[in-house]
Amino acid sequence: MIDWIIKLLMLSSSVFILLAAIGVLRLPDLLTRMHASTKAGALGITLMMIAASFHFFDSVVMAKSFAVIIFILITAPIAAHAIGRAGYFVGIPVWDKTVKDELRNCYDPDSHRLMSGLETEEELELYRQNLDYKPRIRVKSKDKDK
Amino acid sequence: MQFVIYLSFATMSLAMVIIFIRLIIGPTLPDRVVALELLASVIVAMIGAYAIYTDTSSFIDVAIVAALTAFLAAIGFARFLERGGPRDD
Repeated sequence: MIDWIIKLLMLSSSVFILLAAIGVLRLPDLLTRMHASTKAGALGITLMMIAASFHFFDSVVMAKSFAVIIFILITAPIAAHAIGRAGYFVGIPVWDKTVKDELRNCYDPDSHRLMSGLETEEELELYRQNLDYKPRIRVKSKDKDK
Repeated sequence: MQFVIYLSFATMSLAMVIIFIRLIIGPTLPDRVVALELLASVIVAMIGAYAIYTDTSSFIDVAIVAALTAFLAAIGFARFLERGGPRDD
């Protein structure tokens, strides 16, 4: 009985990982590729670790595999957020059928400023006065965009 | 049981080949970073399968370390991308 559960978990884990790989290969831009890789990959690792803890059925191994699961579930969204943010800021091309890009009018790639859209007039004036303020983060030069 | 383990190893190896294709053709650097991160995930799952295959529970520790280094590599690449100057993919 437990043998069949382990077999099922291992097979579904590898199938989810294969689906994540196919998604990374086939999807059109960075954000959709991250959508495929993060969630399906984390689910694949989770299922494989549950299979390992069922196979050994030992409290130490169970604690270790649950530590791996918790670690993956915490760090996968953080890493995806960091990479997606960096990718958007260096100006990756977005898929041309993208419906919503809320940062398009709020983010200024030259000064690397992110506006919320709710600034008062004084704050905007202050922003215009300090346009030559050296940004902390340099971005890709303009002439390489084309 | 043996057949299922071999089958899941084969499936994950196929996934690794597909991820390597994206790693090579990936048009921008963030694409390659995403492919590397998924490759590390596949390696962690493969270590889990190998622990079941060899019946050695100590390999789970290796999986913990692999997941940790993958996370650090992803964060480091993201910081490098944000802070780095003009680059050529």
